[in-house]
Amino acid sequence: MNQRTRLSMLVIQILIVSLLMALFGRLFYLQVAAGPKYRDAALSIQSRDTVYPATRGLIVDSSGVPLALNRTGLAVTIDRLALDKQPDKGQAVLKKLAKLLKLQYEDVYRKTRLCGELEVGSRSGCWTGTRYQPIPITKEASTNVALQVVERPDEFPGVGATPIAIRNYPGTVGVNAAHILGYLGPLTDADLAGVNGKTYYRSESIGKSGLEIQYDSYLRGIPGIRTVIVDRKEAITSEGQNTNSIPGDHLVTSLDVRVQAAAESALADAVARSRASGYRADSGAAVVMDVKTGRVIAMASYPTYNPNMWEKGLTVKQAEALFSEENGVPALSRPTQGRFAPASTFKVVSIIAAANAGYDLKKSYACPANVKVGTRTFNNFESKAQGTASIKQLMAVSCDTVWYQISFDEWLRDGGLSPIKNPKDYFFKAAAGFQINTKTGIDLPSEAAGRLPDREWKKNWHEANKDFYCNYREKAAKSQQTQFLLLLAKENCLDGDKVRAGDAVNFSIGQGDTLVTPLKLTQMYAAIANGGTLWKPTVGRAIVKTDGTVIKTIDPVKTGTIAADRKTIKFLKESLREVILTGTGARTFAGFPVPVSGKTGTGEVFGRNPDGSLKDNTSWFASYAPSNNPQYAVVMMLSQGGFGSPNSGVGVRKIYETIFGVVNNKIVPENVLFPDGLPTTLPKISPATKVKTNGGK
Amino acid sequence: MSLVTPRFNYYKNRSFFAGFDPILTAAVAALLFIGTLLVYAATRDWYASNGLDPEYYLKRHVINIAIGCALAWGTTLIDYRLLRAYTPIFWVLGVLGLGFVLIPGLGSEVNGAQAWIALPGGFQIQPAELAKISIIVGMSMILSERGHDSDIPTNKNVIQSLIVAAIPVSLILLQPDMGTVFIISCSVVTIIAASGASGRWVVALILVAIIGVFGAVQSGVINEYQVKRLQSFVNPNADTQGSGYQLRQARITVGSGGLIGTGLFNGPQTNGRFVPEQQTDFIFTVAGEQLGFLGSSVIILLYLTLLMRAFGIARRAIDPYGRLVCTGVTAWFAFQTFENIGMTLGLMPMTGVPLPFMSYGGSSMFATLIGFGLLQNVHARQRG
Repeated sequence: MNQRTRLSMLVIQILIVSLLMALFGRLFYLQVAAGPKYRDAALSIQSRDTVYPATRGLIVDSSGVPLALNRTGLAVTIDRLALDKQPDKGQAVLKKLAKLLKLQYEDVYRKTRLCGELEVGSRSGCWTGTRYQPIPITKEASTNVALQVVERPDEFPGVGATPIAIRNYPGTVGVNAAHILGYLGPLTDADLAGVNGKTYYRSESIGKSGLEIQYDSYLRGIPGIRTVIVDRKEAITSEGQNTNSIPGDHLVTSLDVRVQAAAESALADAVARSRASGYRADSGAAVVMDVKTGRVIAMASYPTYNPNMWEKGLTVKQAEALFSEENGVPALSRPTQGRFAPASTFKVVSIIAAANAGYDLKKSYACPANVKVGTRTFNNFESKAQGTASIKQLMAVSCDTVWYQISFDEWLRDGGLSPIKNPKDYFFKAAAGFQINTKTGIDLPSEAAGRLPDREWKKNWHEANKDFYCNYREKAAKSQQTQFLLLLAKENCLDGDKVRAGDAVNFSIGQGDTLVTPLKLTQMYAAIANGGTLWKPTVGRAIVKTDGTVIKTIDPVKTGTIAADRKTIKFLKESLREVILTGTGARTFAGFPVPVSGKTGTGEVFGRNPDGSLKDNTSWFASYAPSNNPQYAVVMMLSQGGFGSPNSGVGVRKIYETIFGVVNNKIVPENVLFPDGLPTTLPKISPATKVKTNGGK
Repeated sequence: MSLVTPRFNYYKNRSFFAGFDPILTAAVAALLFIGTLLVYAATRDWYASNGLDPEYYLKRHVINIAIGCALAWGTTLIDYRLLRAYTPIFWVLGVLGLGFVLIPGLGSEVNGAQAWIALPGGFQIQPAELAKISIIVGMSMILSERGHDSDIPTNKNVIQSLIVAAIPVSLILLQPDMGTVFIISCSVVTIIAASGASGRWVVALILVAIIGVFGAVQSGVINEYQVKRLQSFVNPNADTQGSGYQLRQARITVGSGGLIGTGLFNGPQTNGRFVPEQQTDFIFTVAGEQLGFLGSSVIILLYLTLLMRAFGIARRAIDPYGRLVCTGVTAWFAFQTFENIGMTLGLMPMTGVPLPFMSYGGSSMFATLIGFGLLQNVHARQRG
């Protein structure tokens, strides 16, 4: 060998050693340094989880009557793995199945596709689970159909029938309660991504609204998971972990199906009555609350929908109807999400304001036909003068002008348009004592807060809107440029950031920018009834395990005290009783054997309906009973329902009739719903619990 | 000292292991043994779960090894210097075999390459494997010819040797089998470097190789599936079902083995057959998963031992022919090992190259064991 050859051989040897060293280094990286990462990757390639959803907990009323159950349905399911093995990928089978189930082939096809397999935009109805679990085509097949499928496996390869749990809202005694209960639905990508900090499995259903979402973490339980190790062809090679599902806990509510049913039918009747008198009555709400705890006994919303329609598979048409304005947006829960001007029901706030401002409530005040406030004249309701009378009597006849005067005087005392430092703001402060601009905190999702149009709110409002009003001619639609509106715009532009005399006057009778939800007004009247305490409204009462162990009780929470002393509250109660005895509520409650206290309200609504007609008044009736020892607060509201007393008032009376067992102005003892008071102990929970028919005796 | 000494009796009966390098033999035996276990581990559960004979691959692998060992032993029987005389015959046979596979109806296509000749009884032969030997011995013969007093080959010798390599290589390019072309090219450059030829040849050849690869990709001579393989090497996530899938699965399988592995016969990735061609080209994934870093390191160390011993034989060879043959065989083993394990670990692009001494497959086993026989032959003759 010569020198050059020797050198070449050395270089070659070094090259070969370094090649093997490179392999060695790479091997070290893959197996030792990055080993855990690859182990996880391998595990996710090999393991398949099948999720067995847990039995969902029941939702029951305060005496144990089920509001939400699990019914067993017969599901016809598709095994995608078997279907894909067909030469035509199962097309023929699906067509035959669609015919048997009387469904459209396209719908059936879509239901069996994973969402990722379909084009964006045509995914509705797609299967959100995995291909390793049976895909339900229908959950409510007849036994006959199921048998046909099961007995002819050669004709229906990959099709099975299996009993399946369906969430069911039984509607005992005609109860709907759709807005309280909510419904279940498939998981969204956000749910799966753990946006709310919980882990879900793709095939689970979760609460989408109402109590179902509020208490979902208790109700859903823990799904069972069977993990298998599969090979590349998805054949199972070994079993991994296998955990059984743990059933969800039951939710006991403070609702009572009988009161709930009564509230719903009284509301529907009130809507019908109001429409018969020529009002639009597009929607309404009724709330029944225990004044001593804030517990909700019934809560009705009109219009409503069938809560079972989700489990049956919502059609596009049904989904659209839920949000259609023409149908009154049935999806909206009026008691918690509808905001309306409280009108005369708000005069309880004005009485407190006047008392706090030092007015002697026992004295007589004038109730003229109108009050001049600056250049504007504010008329009494129907421009009727009521002479001079005590505040109590003026409350009974719902005089407005007395409050215009007091509110205007107080506004002037606070400096008018150039407010003094630290203005007294008796009216705003009295309203703030009821916390009207915050949510009540009820255990239901998406609650709306009321609106307190005080000085701060005005400032913010002006900041946000001055551009529009100061350039009204350019920015507003032509149809909105009437003489009056142009004037109003100019005013809003100039001093919209200030509380003007008109604002103060309107506020004193619950008009103007003041808004409350029916639930809030119920809480306010309950507070007056119980002596001044604001209780957080609750629907849930307790979470109970399947074996009966109480996991959690939902106790009443005091959120505040109203800004009125004992004397004022006593006076308020007397005034509210006077309304029923001699005032605007007298005719409605004539002869009623249980003493009721309350207030009517007829709220003017500014604006037009979609068809161009002017909006009708909001009809309110807020009350509590029995007057001497209050137990229930009952409020009804009819949007565009006309006058307070004849429409809402009669509705409220009907609810009391059910509660107190009143027939023809007489108490029928066996009809009294709670002869021993509201239930204080938790009921035994069973899907079979029946409604008590004679007051539990 | 004359090249042929009377002490060598070409036709004398020799015992099987006489004159064998014990360490080289032990390393190859260990690789054959581990390879057999891995082939069995890669196929046992798969065949059993399909109701087939779980020992199907094991049996055939053992038979392949037996035939390969017989061939290796046969290779050692005749002094390589005598074999040198028959070199042209081997070369022509190799070229004929390569030509044969390209004739439609005679050669069969597997994985996009027309590289196989089907034999009766379900056996197949891959002439390209055996052509590696033809090229090595053919080049070595020409480059070791000494028509003058110089110790280095003339330029004419180098050109002749390149033609000897180019003819079979172009036939393999037609199949096309890029992995084999790559390994042969590396071996050719190595042989030329070891022959003592001018360093300019080596540099020039490397440049030609780079330009050739670039030109082939650009001009579309290379098949689409090969371009895809290259692309998926650069970006393994691009083609998640094709070759990118295989490379990713291979890496996951090796990586999931960790330090000590899942235990022989125990790998869920292997038993789930997530990596294709596990008993052949991707046999190292089985080692990676089931034997872990420790076991896989032992295999690489065995290859290192084998290559160093083989290199030692080349250096100590008593004549240039022996030296060049051994260098060629060593380079072949080294580059094929590197290409195969490198592909498994994601260091090299995917080509269908088996792992010497371990992968299932007759042709490769026979060829590598014949190469092993050549090494032993030269070893046996280097000391008297």
